[in-house]
Amino acid sequence: MKLSRFNIVSLTLGFAFLYLPILVLVIYSFNASKLVTVWAGFSTRWYVKLFHDEAFLQAALVTLKVALASASIATVLGTMAAWVLVHISRFPGRTLFSGMIFAPLVIPDVILGLSLLLLFIAMNVDRGVTTIIIAHATFSMCYVAVVVSSRLITFDRALEEAALDLGATPFQAFSLVTLPVIAPAVVSGWLLSFTLSLDDLVIASFVSGPAATTLPMRVFSQIRLGVSPEINALSTILITLVTIGVITTSIFSKRSALARTDETGG
Amino acid sequence: MSDTASGRTGNPGERLRRALLIAVPYLWLGLFFLAPFVIVLKISLSDSVLAIPPYTPTLDLSRGWEGVVAMFRAFDLENYVWLTEDDLYWRAYLSSLQIAALSTLLTLLAGYPIAYAMSRAPERWRPILLMLVILPFWTSFLIRVYAWMGILGQNGFLNQLLMGLGLIDSPLVILGTPVAVYIGIVYAYLPFMVLPIFSSLDRLDRSLIEAALDLGCSRLQAFWLVTWPLSRPGIIAGCLLVFIPAVGEFVIPSLLGGSRTLMIGKVLWDEFFANRDWPLASAVAVVLLLILVLPILLFQRHAERQQRRADE
Repeated sequence: MKLSRFNIVSLTLGFAFLYLPILVLVIYSFNASKLVTVWAGFSTRWYVKLFHDEAFLQAALVTLKVALASASIATVLGTMAAWVLVHISRFPGRTLFSGMIFAPLVIPDVILGLSLLLLFIAMNVDRGVTTIIIAHATFSMCYVAVVVSSRLITFDRALEEAALDLGATPFQAFSLVTLPVIAPAVVSGWLLSFTLSLDDLVIASFVSGPAATTLPMRVFSQIRLGVSPEINALSTILITLVTIGVITTSIFSKRSALARTDETGG
Repeated sequence: MSDTASGRTGNPGERLRRALLIAVPYLWLGLFFLAPFVIVLKISLSDSVLAIPPYTPTLDLSRGWEGVVAMFRAFDLENYVWLTEDDLYWRAYLSSLQIAALSTLLTLLAGYPIAYAMSRAPERWRPILLMLVILPFWTSFLIRVYAWMGILGQNGFLNQLLMGLGLIDSPLVILGTPVAVYIGIVYAYLPFMVLPIFSSLDRLDRSLIEAALDLGCSRLQAFWLVTWPLSRPGIIAGCLLVFIPAVGEFVIPSLLGGSRTLMIGKVLWDEFFANRDWPLASAVAVVLLLILVLPILLFQRHAERQQRRADE
């Protein structure tokens, strides 16, 4: 099948629009000038400066901690929720349950952040890393539930039944039969949660206390005042990490998909 | 879905496990998602006391039921009356809806041709094209919006390019205007539009278009009478996925919109962090949620219907 000229033009323009701004950002991170918009030769001084910025390193550490913890909690809760959504068709309050899974996906961040903060204040909880982890786990588990349930739907339950009939405990049946099949979805749910947590500015700003500043909060307070070359350097590092991560996982998942088709085919 | 395990529900151990499996995520969402909304509703009906908690009325549990009654008696709609009287809030809601609607339309216009071309691309290209659309989505939202600050500014990349080419004499003012917000929303939300449209175009049965062409339709007619209607589920999902979050958007208007762009997400943020009027911020949130209830319900129904269709 050959692409028509119209389609080639749409793809070229579309991807140029998606990638040129990021490319400009990356190029200017190597600019020697402090004026971000004037090119004054190649330099890596902003990277050096970034790695000596204590506040940034501290914020990066907090962000990483929050993302690891919240993604792990969200994956467990989200997988449970997905199992309930797919396999238990009737229980009291099921409509409310599925509503609570869908709603956080689309409700604006400002509302989620404000409401959680008011809850933490009402409960008289000290705000900081823990409250950010709880907040992130709450909205991330809904994404995990959606991703995992779309995989669970295609899973043949008879396999699990067979394991149970052959004497496996329900836990064994789940971990030895179901989990390996839905594992790719669980892993991508975890990665999605991790990224959402790394990314979040609004909710973290609401529920965090004076002791905890995440990287997006630090970045936001700086770029509010205008473009800064240090932030360009930081962005370039993050973009590189994300690109490597996405390409690696996609190669990995393609390979495991191939291995699966080989198994069933051969 | 059939409940294949129903034969085992008699077993008390199994029943307990099920109850636990339901209870844990249910309680978590109830505590950290539902309960906060009840609190927001309560505070939006309260008066602010010098903008610091506690708000009157508070629930005095030591007085038992009488305390509960006293709390409800003292609730009033003062904050909501305030919202309707000060036209800042009216204008902010209306302008958020208008900005979100127009940028959803622009995102559709930009996203449809991309999704269409992707679905027409040779089979072996498609995974790569798909990854190229998804990749920006994994990159920080904040960074993607920030990238435009350097491009659209007074001395930004775009102005330098246009002036260098001799197309304009003085720099264009884009950053700090609604135009920058439109660009930001289209850019940030484009993958959410392209992906659902692509997935419905990808499923489309090609022979239908061939049949339309054989029966004498022009290519344009075939597109308009066959392809467009069959891709409607993707268009609806894409539009809702862009429109709903765009209405409450905070990052884009605050970084690109300047003081001239009025959006409700920013108003809520300022009311909370700058003016420290928590009851009023809560009332703003409740009204915003009421505005979004309809599109959110539409989205949920649409998603469930699509899932059911996929099951069959």
